[in-house]
Amino acid sequence: MLHTVNKSPLERNTLESCLRLAAKGSAILLIEDGVYGALAGGQAAEKISGRMGDFTFYALGPDLAARGLSEAPLIDGIKIVDYGGFVDLAAEREAQQAWL
Amino acid sequence: MEEDDFDPEVVKRFLFVNRKAPYGTVYALESLETVLISAAFDQDVSVVFADDGVFQLKKGQDTTGINMKNFSPTFRALEGYDVEKLYVEKESLEARGLTEDDLVVDVEVLNSEELSKIMAAQDVVITN
Amino acid sequence: MKFGILVNEGPFTHQASDSAYQFAKAALEKGHEVWRVFFYHDGVNNGNKLSEPQADDRNLVKLWSELAAEHNVDLVVCVAAALRRGIKDDVLAPGFRISGLGQLIEAGIVGDRLVVFGD
Repeated sequence: MLHTVNKSPLERNTLESCLRLAAKGSAILLIEDGVYGALAGGQAAEKISGRMGDFTFYALGPDLAARGLSEAPLIDGIKIVDYGGFVDLAAEREAQQAWL
Repeated sequence: MEEDDFDPEVVKRFLFVNRKAPYGTVYALESLETVLISAAFDQDVSVVFADDGVFQLKKGQDTTGINMKNFSPTFRALEGYDVEKLYVEKESLEARGLTEDDLVVDVEVLNSEELSKIMAAQDVVITN
Repeated sequence: MKFGILVNEGPFTHQASDSAYQFAKAALEKGHEVWRVFFYHDGVNNGNKLSEPQADDRNLVKLWSELAAEHNVDLVVCVAAALRRGIKDDVLAPGFRISGLGQLIEAGIVGDRLVVFGD
């Protein structure tokens, strides 16, 4: 399963719920305001770094860039993809679930 | 394109995930409309209520004072449409001080680990 | 691969429609098929040809119409959600059509993947 998360973890519980209910082995892609969750210095950083063994984490590059985060330190292990990479993930995984 | 463009033999596992409370936004009501329509397509339909979505099932809703339609009785009608797999996350209920007795309809209450297995085994996931 | 896409939000207020458009464009560039985009909730506003963004802004309604013309993408606006919001055939942009919610379920059945964008 590919899970997309589009909310900042500092504003909503979207990322937290995704991490609670996604099955191990899933891909989790942070998009839109969800990319704020990828920041290494953020309060949510531990939530993601502690689950690196369970999930593969991705963040959408164009959304990072739009928010001034291209050069910002991100949590170790998060992979950056563009929209083409998003399409590849959606095609590789058997289904997508949007956490809104 | 015509309605009968697809192979009627195909049965996919459809999951509807409700994580939003009713009335404050339209998502809960319009999501329920989608669930009802899906019943006409003879697919394998499951509905999950988690986070604030569990509030959609709270007993005793009275919307007369806000002049909106109370759609909570419709959840009881889902069985008649052969939509029988209603799952509620235990952790979400507990976090909101609710129990199964507070809900308008019979559901299966599962913990997040059990629920995640069901959610992972779907072909199409529709969220609102 | 055959993609179906669900868009739950209108243009401008939320990023959902932009994200869905960028996803659709990237999928087509990779040689995939975008079989149908279904617009639900406030997403029906994506089909409103009366939308007039400022000249230096992207025009999502037009972008969707162009995508439909170039790549034969079926743009379907949910009738119940549309009527509630004043979207009727007379205001529909080129390439869009109004139809029932069943078209969303059909997109899930026919498509290899259904990808959802909302808020």
